[in-house]
Amino acid sequence: MDGDGLRLNMNGLDYLILALYFVTVLGVGFAARRAIRTSVDFFLSGRSLPAWVTGLAFVSANLGALEIIGMAANGAQYGVMTVHYYWIGAVPAMVFLGIVMMPFYYGSKVRSVPEYLRLRFNRPTHLLNAISFAVAQVLIAGVNLYALALVMQALLGWPLWTAIVVGAAIVLAYITIGGLSGAIYNEVLQFFVILAGLIPVTVIGLVKVGGWNGLMDAVGDTKLGEAGLHAWQDTGSTANPLGAHWIGIVFGLGFVLSFGYWTTNFAEVQRALSAKNMSAARRTPIIAAYPKLLIPLVTVIPGLVALVTVKGLGAESGDLQYNNAIPLLMRDLLPNGVLGVAVTGLLASFMAGMAANVSGFNTVFTYDIWQAYIRRDRSDEYYLRVGRWATVAAVVIGIGTAFIAAGFSNIMNYIQALFSVFNAPLFATFIIGMFWKRMSALAGFWSLLLGTLVSLSLYLLYKGGVVHFNSDLEESFWGAGLAFVTAVVVAAIVTPLTAPKRDEELRGLVYGMGGVDLKGDVLAGDAAWYRSPVLLGLIAVALAAVFYIPVF
Amino acid sequence: MSNEGQPAQDPLIDETQAEQRRSAAARLFDIRRVIGGLFVAYGVIVTLIGIFDSRAEIDKAEGVRINLWAGLAMLVFGLLMLLWQWWRPAEAPAPNEQQPDA
Repeated sequence: MDGDGLRLNMNGLDYLILALYFVTVLGVGFAARRAIRTSVDFFLSGRSLPAWVTGLAFVSANLGALEIIGMAANGAQYGVMTVHYYWIGAVPAMVFLGIVMMPFYYGSKVRSVPEYLRLRFNRPTHLLNAISFAVAQVLIAGVNLYALALVMQALLGWPLWTAIVVGAAIVLAYITIGGLSGAIYNEVLQFFVILAGLIPVTVIGLVKVGGWNGLMDAVGDTKLGEAGLHAWQDTGSTANPLGAHWIGIVFGLGFVLSFGYWTTNFAEVQRALSAKNMSAARRTPIIAAYPKLLIPLVTVIPGLVALVTVKGLGAESGDLQYNNAIPLLMRDLLPNGVLGVAVTGLLASFMAGMAANVSGFNTVFTYDIWQAYIRRDRSDEYYLRVGRWATVAAVVIGIGTAFIAAGFSNIMNYIQALFSVFNAPLFATFIIGMFWKRMSALAGFWSLLLGTLVSLSLYLLYKGGVVHFNSDLEESFWGAGLAFVTAVVVAAIVTPLTAPKRDEELRGLVYGMGGVDLKGDVLAGDAAWYRSPVLLGLIAVALAAVFYIPVF
Repeated sequence: MSNEGQPAQDPLIDETQAEQRRSAAARLFDIRRVIGGLFVAYGVIVTLIGIFDSRAEIDKAEGVRINLWAGLAMLVFGLLMLLWQWWRPAEAPAPNEQQPDA
């Protein structure tokens, strides 16, 4: 971004609102400190949190750069089809995680997602996943940090370096001091602040274009045209704004990419592992699905409003890139006061995203790399200290990777590319391992390794110009799908040739082996029908289907 | 079998599980108080700005007194959070002990 075309006219009161937020966030970190005595207190909040807290943190951990800026940009670029990321992408996967997979994660008492692989398969599989997860987290933390800094630079006129260091320092402080409780509590707070910032932009934007009908009419006259108003209608071929066939949307996005992301990403699953009992852990992603259903209202609608009202939006570079849809609307529509809240919400979203990556990283680094392979059998206090230092290291490396992110035009696609490399083969390995007890330890290792190599090489071939795809997005669909198939095929070939694991080693980890107790630790109120994970999950999926009707 | 119904054991996990007795998680404060407090403060500030908004600011927001409305909404939300906490205080958490017949 260049010039000061996006500069907001912030006054003293706006800065007061921003400052109040920063002070509160740090205060939460310090106040959470007294609840930390063991490593589980630091990494998993002592497994003590209620479901509504972990559920909102689960949504918020994903409300980083990816959501706010990226989804509004997609809304402006691809139109209503962007809702696929939410309604067929996120929601079914979140419900699946809660109903089907969480009993194995929470019930086996594993402390991280990679640790599940260590118990289910073997140490090489575990180490491979722990390292690739740790690398991915610091890369993505860098993306969030870079996006945060860009916004602060463009909107507030802060130099990039200052913005990066201030953002990193605040996240560093509240996680190092307050641990996962500090991160989760701040994520819940951030969830509400983000909404308080986005709702006024959306409301005034809709008023400006003459309400929902006015918006629909106006979008028809833009370069997106009538096609920008339908989610499914033109998906019989790839002649639609997203360039995706419905088969690609359902299987590529809906199944492989989304299930890979939501069900195996420890930065998300960690929130559920910190819940106080099995029922709360299962409800965590399902409670999160409800706000997730509604978030497109405050990301996709502003994107469309920006497309209609900002002349020339969609430039390759400069102030009029799609990524600036929301900042441009804030500049044009918000008076001082709500402007301060909106800026605070935007910064909160970047911090939430980065904090999720950092808290996921420090846990995996400490339990899955340091304790498992480097220094075993030390005291719990020792690992607590390692965790605090790992947090510092993650933030420092994140500052470095922030500059790698600078090389990509669309932040969203960069993150998608990373997910397709790491998450799709991981999901395939998990899902086979959870439901096929015969799958051997070696099969787990080779499935994960070869699946990752396949999607990584496809990505590199595409970047190197050897293989051609219509868009980065199409490449990540294919990369994810191919990685998934590779992992399945490898598992099917290697398993019969290698020794199975003994039944008692698989108890609590594999479907049909027993050892999973869904009711053992329930609290008095958890038996109520409205707290049933299955019922809540089915309602969420049904709502997602209903929401498609007006934009079919 | 003696450990029927128990998940598979692992030494590293057992080590941290054994530390659960020392957990200080019960000392964690209630986040509703913080959310309520911040939103009441935001509500008061933004409502006051809204009351004194000039014509130019209202026009910028397409004629909507957005500061007034947003301020009042945040104020109400913050008070509801505080009310919720007062009405249903967090139960004394005892998640670390196994409760055989709770």
